[in-house]
Amino acid sequence: MPDLAHQFQDLEQQRTADTLGMWAFLATEMMLFGAMFLGYTVYRWHYPRAFYLGAQRTDMVLGSLNTALLLTSSLSMALGVHFQRARHFGRVALCLGVTALLGAGFLALKLLEYWHHYQEGLAPGLNFHFPGPEASQVALFFVFYFVMTGLHAVHMTIGLGLVGFQTARAYRAESRLMPVTLTGLYWHFVDVIWVFLYPLFYLGGRS
Amino acid sequence: MTAIPRLLRVYLALMILFALTAGFAYLPLGRFNVVVALAIAAAKATLIGMDFMELRTEKRLTWLFAGAGLFWLAILFTLSLSDYATRGWLPWGSRFGP
Repeated sequence: MPDLAHQFQDLEQQRTADTLGMWAFLATEMMLFGAMFLGYTVYRWHYPRAFYLGAQRTDMVLGSLNTALLLTSSLSMALGVHFQRARHFGRVALCLGVTALLGAGFLALKLLEYWHHYQEGLAPGLNFHFPGPEASQVALFFVFYFVMTGLHAVHMTIGLGLVGFQTARAYRAESRLMPVTLTGLYWHFVDVIWVFLYPLFYLGGRS
Repeated sequence: MTAIPRLLRVYLALMILFALTAGFAYLPLGRFNVVVALAIAAAKATLIGMDFMELRTEKRLTWLFAGAGLFWLAILFTLSLSDYATRGWLPWGSRFGP
């Protein structure tokens, strides 16, 4: 039984313990991002116009493309876990490889966006120019934008490392069920964070 | 192998919700834009959690762990916003800030 670690009596006990541990970790991640979402909420409540003006300046095309990339990467991740259960290592490697490629594409587009914002003078602390009396409040919007999408991008980078590692193991037919499953949980969680970042930073200024 | 069609259906639903939320963002609904956007985001998060993260078939104990995160998040938002969101209700007014 190659999937069973020695400290567990059976696979079900191992699966439950691993899954609970991962969810406990994800709950702390909810707290980490939750505090930032709360900060965003409070400031948007008080400066609705500045947050509207700021959201008009984010890149709807790249943001939407990234949303599609991440949702698709979650599908291939879920398929990878499914094939790992059936121990079809070739398909696991394919699915996880696609997931990693889509994740890398996401990060590349995100960096491109950051570069555009920097060039447009929308990077607080480095290069920020905004016309009108709300400039400092719009700067606050972009601080939230960079910190929250930046922390998300850090999580994406970690996820990319995990998925890449599991891809290599699946390619050598050495991947095991729980590591692949837990990597999937982490990947989907990071996707859920983006699902909330997208409406708050991209959709707010379109109407 | 019935799992694959189910995953594909969930993905299709997610992409439809994504198209909906992107489309709704251009309609001038005033303050309801953000309500619609967050409702759709919550629906997407529920689909991802239930089907991709497999909470649907998980033990109740796992639900407790996942729910604990949401519960503490609710405490964070409720207690904080009961302050920030109600400051304007005071008859003598209140300024935002320290």
